Amino acid sequence: MSEIFADILIQFLNGLAGASSLFLVAAGLSLIFGVTRIVNFAHGALFMLGLYLAWSLIDLFGRSTLLGFWGGVLAAALCVGAIGAAIEVFVLRRIYKAPELFQLLATFALVLIIKDAVLYFWGAEELLGPRAPGLRGAVEIFGRRLPEYDLLLIVAGPLVLCLLWLLLHRTRYGMFVRAATQDREMLAALGTNERHLFTSVFFLGAFLAGLGGALQIPREPAQLSLDLAVISDAFVVVVVGGMGSIGGAFLAALLIAQAKALCIALGDVAMFGTIVSFSKLTLVVEFAIMAAVLVLRPWGLLGKPLALARGGSAHASPLDPPGQLFWPTSLFVLMLLAFAPLGGDRYLLVLMGDIAVFALFAVALHFLMGPGGLVSFGHAAYFGLGSYAAALAFLRLDLPAEAALLAAPLAGGLAALLFGWFCVRLSGVYLAMLTLAFAQIAWSVVFQWNDATGGSNGLIGLWPAGWLKDRTLYFWATLALCAAGIFFLWRTVHAPFGLALRAARDQPMRAEAVGIDTRRVQWLAFALSGAFAGLAGGLFAFAKGSISPDTLGVARSVDGLAMVLLGGVHTLTGPVLGAAVFTWLQDEIARNTQYWRAILGLAILALVLAFPYGLGGALKRLRGAS
Amino acid sequence: MTLLVANGLRKAFGGVEAVIDVGFAVAPGEVVALIGPNGAGKSTCFNMLNGQLAPDRGTIELGGKNIAGLPPRAIARLGVGRTFQITATFASMRVRENVQAALQSFADKSYGLWRAADTLCREEAQALLARVGMADQAERQCGTLAYGDLKRVELAVALAGKPRLLLMDEPTAGMAPAERLALMSLTASLARRDKIGVLFTEHDMDTVFAHADRILVLDRGRLIAEGSPAAVRNDPTVRRVYLGAGTMYGEAT
Amino acid sequence: MDRRHVLKIGGAAAAALAVPRAMAQAREPIRIGELNSYKVFAAFLEPYKKGMDLAVDEINAGGGALGRPIEIVVRDDNGQPGDAVRVAEELLARERVSMLMGTFASNVGLAVSSFAKERKVPFLASEPLTDKIVWEQGNRYTFRLRASTYMQTAMLVPDAVRVAKRRWAIVYPNYEYGQSATAAFKKLMQARQPNIEFVAEQATPLGRIEAGPVAAALQAARPEAIFSSLFGPDLSRFVREGTTRGLFRNVEVFNLLAGEPEYLDPLLDEAPVGWYVTGYPWQDIKTPEHDRFLSAYQAKFRDYPRLGSVVGYAAVIGAAEAIRKAGSLEPEKIVDAMKGLSHSTPFGRIVYRTLDHQSTMGAYVGRIGLRNGKGVMTDWRYADGAEYLPTDAEIRSLRPPE
Repeated sequence: MSEIFADILIQFLNGLAGASSLFLVAAGLSLIFGVTRIVNFAHGALFMLGLYLAWSLIDLFGRSTLLGFWGGVLAAALCVGAIGAAIEVFVLRRIYKAPELFQLLATFALVLIIKDAVLYFWGAEELLGPRAPGLRGAVEIFGRRLPEYDLLLIVAGPLVLCLLWLLLHRTRYGMFVRAATQDREMLAALGTNERHLFTSVFFLGAFLAGLGGALQIPREPAQLSLDLAVISDAFVVVVVGGMGSIGGAFLAALLIAQAKALCIALGDVAMFGTIVSFSKLTLVVEFAIMAAVLVLRPWGLLGKPLALARGGSAHASPLDPPGQLFWPTSLFVLMLLAFAPLGGDRYLLVLMGDIAVFALFAVALHFLMGPGGLVSFGHAAYFGLGSYAAALAFLRLDLPAEAALLAAPLAGGLAALLFGWFCVRLSGVYLAMLTLAFAQIAWSVVFQWNDATGGSNGLIGLWPAGWLKDRTLYFWATLALCAAGIFFLWRTVHAPFGLALRAARDQPMRAEAVGIDTRRVQWLAFALSGAFAGLAGGLFAFAKGSISPDTLGVARSVDGLAMVLLGGVHTLTGPVLGAAVFTWLQDEIARNTQYWRAILGLAILALVLAFPYGLGGALKRLRGAS
Repeated sequence: MTLLVANGLRKAFGGVEAVIDVGFAVAPGEVVALIGPNGAGKSTCFNMLNGQLAPDRGTIELGGKNIAGLPPRAIARLGVGRTFQITATFASMRVRENVQAALQSFADKSYGLWRAADTLCREEAQALLARVGMADQAERQCGTLAYGDLKRVELAVALAGKPRLLLMDEPTAGMAPAERLALMSLTASLARRDKIGVLFTEHDMDTVFAHADRILVLDRGRLIAEGSPAAVRNDPTVRRVYLGAGTMYGEAT
Repeated sequence: MDRRHVLKIGGAAAAALAVPRAMAQAREPIRIGELNSYKVFAAFLEPYKKGMDLAVDEINAGGGALGRPIEIVVRDDNGQPGDAVRVAEELLARERVSMLMGTFASNVGLAVSSFAKERKVPFLASEPLTDKIVWEQGNRYTFRLRASTYMQTAMLVPDAVRVAKRRWAIVYPNYEYGQSATAAFKKLMQARQPNIEFVAEQATPLGRIEAGPVAAALQAARPEAIFSSLFGPDLSRFVREGTTRGLFRNVEVFNLLAGEPEYLDPLLDEAPVGWYVTGYPWQDIKTPEHDRFLSAYQAKFRDYPRLGSVVGYAAVIGAAEAIRKAGSLEPEKIVDAMKGLSHSTPFGRIVYRTLDHQSTMGAYVGRIGLRNGKGVMTDWRYADGAEYLPTDAEIRSLRPPE
C-alpha cells in the first residue's frame, strides 16, 4: 500500500514541476493579452528563443559555475524581453488600429521568421543543455528519486506568481496594468502613456516566456519544434484559467499538469473488458479539459467576462449588394481561370486546383469570422472531417468519387452543428479557443482510431475513377464546385440570413429585440460554414489521392486564418485573394529558397504593415479613392 | 380594455429584493412613464417586461397572454417593441438595412439563404424611416450618424414589428433639450395614432410631465404612487422621495 | 523550350545541387525529383542532402548515367502529405523528372507512393520506415531503401531474448512507427519467449513526451527490461530523466535507432551506456566501401557523416543504377530495373527484392558506450536486412497483387 502511495506522491510532485513550467509560459501570454488584447502567437517562439539563448549564454559564461548557469538563464530571459519590446515597437504598434485579430497574423509571421533565424544561428540538431550546477542529482522520497531541479521548479512557479501578484497589486505600475486589463477607457482617463505601458508589458510578457524557456534548459533539449508545441499549451492554460488572470493561469497549469501526470501514472488499465490506454490520452487531455471548462464556465476558471467584441464590427462597413457588373465579371474571371491551365503547364492545373480548394475553405471560414463575427481557430476540423468522410465513403462503401463527395459537406456540416452548438454560447477568444479544443479532440480521434481512419498514416488510394480520373476534368469539377460554393456563401451574406447574421454580430441584444434568434442564426452559420469547409476537404482528398490527420491539424486551421486575415476580414472577395496569394507565395518561395519560412514570414509582415485592412480592404479603399 | 397588465412582480438578486409586488397596467394608445430615483428598480422592472429577466413571482399579461419569463425575441414577436438606453443599432449597416433586418425578422424571412435582402421589405423600411423623419438618411451607415438620429433609427426599428406596446428605456438620455422634445412628441403622436401603448423610463422630469398620460413611481422596489402627472406631482410621498434624492423633481410650474 | 522554362531550370539547378559544369553543358541532365521534409526533420535531412550531393558528384564524375549527367531537383514537402503530392506534381509537370525519391514521415511516404502508383512513376522511398509501404500498401512503382521498423525491431530481438528478462516495459512515440515497432516487438518476443510479461506500456505524443511522469510510471511497474522506440528530443528527455531517477539501474534497455549519430550525439557524455540499439558506428566501420565513402564525405564537407548522409547517398546511387540498368528513362523500364537491382553502398551490397521492393540494406546493432566524452556504439555487428524479414509466404499474404 505504501508503495502505491509513494508512486502517487512522486507523480503528484512531477505534476507540480510540470505545472510550474506551464505557468511560466502562460503567465506572460496572459499578461500581454490582458493589457493589449493581442493574441500573441509568437509567444512559443519567444520561449524557444529563451531556451536557445540560455544554451549559448550558459556556454559563454561557464557551464559548471553557479554564476555561469543562473547568469545565463537570466541574461537569456532579459534578451527575450528586449526582443519582445522591439516587436511591440517596430511591428505591432503600427497595426493596433487594424481590425481585431489582424495582429495575430503579424505574430504568425514572426513565428516563421524566428524559427528560421534559430535554424540559421543554432543549426538543426537538437541541443541538450547543461544540468544546473548543484542540482544535478536526485533526492530520495520514499524510495523514489525525484530530480533536484524539479524541486526548484516546484518552488519557482509559485514564487513567480507571488512576485507578479506583488507587482500588480502593490505598485503604481501594476495598477495601470490591472486598469488596462479591466477597462481600456479607464486607462485613458488615468492619463497614463499607453505606448509605454504596452511596450513594457510586452517586455515583461516576453521576459517571462524567455525565462520559462531558459529554466527548462536542464530538462528540455533546445529544438525547432518547441515553438508550436509550447504555444498550444500556453493558450490552453491561459484560456482555462481565464484570459488576463494570472492566478487563473496558475490554477489551470496545475490542473492540466496533474491531469497529464495522472494519465501517465494510470498507463494501461483494464476497463469494461478492454484495455484503456490512458497514456494515449496525453495527446488530447488538455484540450478535453479546455472544452469541458469552457462549456461549464464560459470565461475560464477565474476569468471575468471581457468587453471584447466578438469579431468586432467597429471596422465593418456596409456590405453593399454586388453591382450590376459583379456577377458577369466573376463569371468572366472564372472562365479565364478554367482555361488558363490549358497552355500546357499541367502543374498550373494542380496549383490552381489547390487555390480553388483553399479559397472555398477561406471563404467558408470568413463567412463565420466576417459577417458572423465568430472566430474559429479550429476550422480545419470541418475541412478534415469532410475529407475523411469522403475518403471513407469512397474506400469503405465503394461509392464512386462523385457520390462520396456528397459525404464531405454532410460530415463537415454535422460536425459544425455539433461543435457549434457549444461554441455559439461563448464569445470572443473563448469561442475561438473552444473551436480549437474541439478541432484537437477531433484530430486526436482521427489520429488514434487506427482501424477506421488509418491512424497517423491516414488513408491512401483516393483516386477517382471514370471521367474524374482526367486531371483537367477534375480541375474543372473542382473549380466549378468551389466557385458554386463561394458564390452561394456570398449570396447568403447578402440574403436575409446574412443580414440577420450581421445584426447578431453588431448588436446581439438589439437583434433579439427584433425577434432574431441570434444563437440559432449563428449556429446555422456554423453549420453552413462547416459544410462548405467539408466540401473543400472532400475535393482536397480526391485531388491528392491521400489524406492523413494533418488535414484537420492546427497548421491547416492557422493557414486558413492567415488567408482570411491576409485578404481582409471585412470584404467578401478578400479571402479569395488571401487564399490565392498565400498559396502561391508558399509554393513559389518554398521552391526557390532554403529559408522559405522566413521569407514567407517577411512577405506576410510586409503585407500586414502595408495593408492593415487586408488585401481586399486595400483594393476596396483604392476603388473608393478613385 | 388594457394592453399590458403586470401583477405582483417580484425579483431578488442574491437576497436583495429589487422589485417587490409591483403591479400596473397600460392601455392601448396610452403613454406611461416609469420613474423613480436611482436604484428604485426601474431597470429591473423594465427588463422583466422585455424578457431580459424572468420574474421570481408575478404575471405579465400582454393582451391576456402571460409573457413572464419568455425570451426577449418571443416577447418581441408578440408585439413588444423596445429601444435601449444606450442606443443599439447595427453599426455596420446602412440605416435602411437596420429597419429591413427587423422587418425581415418579423416577416419570418431571416432564414432565407438565397433571395437578396436588399430588395426585401425595402418600401416598408422607407415608409417607417419616413415616419420618424429619417427617409433622407436611409443610405447612410449607422455607425456614422449623430446621436439624435440614431435614436430615431432605433424608434423605426422598434416600430418594425408593428408593436402593440413600446418599451423605451431612457429614450432621451444624452440628447439636447430640443431633440428630446421632438423625439417624444413624435413617439406620443405615433402611439396615439396607431393605438400603441408606450411605457418609458426617464430621468428628465420635463419630458415626463410633458408627454406622459400617466406616471408610475417606484422607490426601493415598490410602487409608491400612480396617476396623472398632476396627481403624482402633488403626491406627498413622491415629493418626499424626490426631495430626499435631490432635485430630480422638476417643479415645472 | 521557352525562355521562362529555361530560367526555371536554371533557378532550380542553382537551388538544388551543383552539377559539374563541363558535364552539364555537354548534355541535358537526367533529372530526379527529390522531395523531403527538410524543415520539419532538419537534423536528419541536412546530412541527407549532403549525402545526395556527394553521390551526384561521384556519379557525374564517372560519366553520369546513359551518357548524361544526373541532377537532383529538391523540394520541401513541409511534412504534409498534401504538400508532398503537390510538389510531386510540380516535379513531374514542370521539371520533367524521370523518377521520384525521398520522403521521411510514414504518412508522407505512403501518400507519395499512392501518387506514384496512380501516375505510374517510379518512387524510391529512401527513409520512411513504415512496413506498410512495401507490404500491406505496397505497389509496383514504390521501392524502399532503409531497413523497416519491423526489420530493425527484429534485429534487436536476438539480444532481447538472450538477456532472458521476464518483465518488460514498453515506451514508444504514439504514431505509426512507434505503434508498429511495439506490435512487432511483442509478436516476435512472444514467439521466442512465451513467458514474457509486458508490465507497462507508455504511448507518448511525438516530440512532446512528459519524461518525468513517464519515467516514474515505468519505474512503478518494476520492469527488468525496457523496449523503447523513442528518438530525437523525446529520447534525450527520457534518457536524462530516467538516468537522474535511476530508472535504468539494473534494467536492460533496448532502443531502436538510438545508435544513429543524429540521436546519439546530442546526448554528449550522458549517452546511456549499455543500451542495446540499432544505429551507425561511423567511426569504427572498416570496410573498403565505407572507408571510401567516409573519406570522400569528410573531404567534401569537413564534417562526419550521419546516418542520413548514408541514406541520401545510397538512394541517389540506387536511382542512378536503376536508370543505367534500365538503359532508358521510361518509367516502366526503370521499375523493372529496380526489381532485383543490386548495388554497392557504404554498408555493403544491397538488393532491392523482387518480392516486395524492400532493399536488403541493414543496420548496425550494438550497445552504447562512451569514448572521449561522446556516445559511441560498442560490440556492434552489421545486421544484414535480408536476414530479418518474414517469410516470403507471409509477405505474399500481406502485399496486394500487382
